[in-house]
Amino acid sequence: MTELLELVGGVLLGAGAVVVVFGGVLILRMPTFYSRVHAASVNETLAPLLILLGLACFADGRFDVLVRLGLILMFLLLTSPMSSHALAKAAYRGGLPTGQYREQQRREREGRGHSEPSEEPDA
Amino acid sequence: MITVTLVAVLVCMALLVARAISGTSVFERVLAINSFGTKTVLLIALHGFLTGRPDFLDLALVYALMNFVGTIAVLRFTSYGQLVAFGSRRTDGTEPMPPARPTGDATG
Repeated sequence: MTELLELVGGVLLGAGAVVVVFGGVLILRMPTFYSRVHAASVNETLAPLLILLGLACFADGRFDVLVRLGLILMFLLLTSPMSSHALAKAAYRGGLPTGQYREQQRREREGRGHSEPSEEPDA
Repeated sequence: MITVTLVAVLVCMALLVARAISGTSVFERVLAINSFGTKTVLLIALHGFLTGRPDFLDLALVYALMNFVGTIAVLRFTSYGQLVAFGSRRTDGTEPMPPARPTGDATG
């Protein structure tokens, strides 16, 4: 029973590790700000869920440890979406423009997206 | 497996520090630091289990509380210009939240 519990905990922790690394890469590499907010929001809810559930499998059934893990998990699951929502709302009301990616795609579709108009030849 | 997850969290924290340094606006930096705080909570919990002392979970809980309050405080400060706004109406007659601008100067 204990070995099965440790196996399940190992699988959950491995999945949490994968999610954490992919979340970090996506927050670094996503093209626009709002897509980065989306990546961070998903990452901040899924990674604590997997990792803290995996740690609960290693708790040997100690009640105080399980209660603390449950408290941390509940608090993170409640506050991470609120933080992401407040961040996106503050950025939008603060004037950070949306639709940057669509604009960039349109410019690339129209050819030589980043060329300045002053580069046109005179003759 | 706890060690592997610990290293993964450390890698993610390094990437988030890179994002916070190379960010172009204050909101990107707040985004990176907020995720960094969540990863700190996970790091403390994993370290407690790795060393066989799960008492570190109390510190992780306090870090989670501080991270949320700090993020909301910074966002309130950048949106309202002050930390505490009593009620929805200010004394100088201005709107509590500025209207959305199409193109802004929220850099820095």
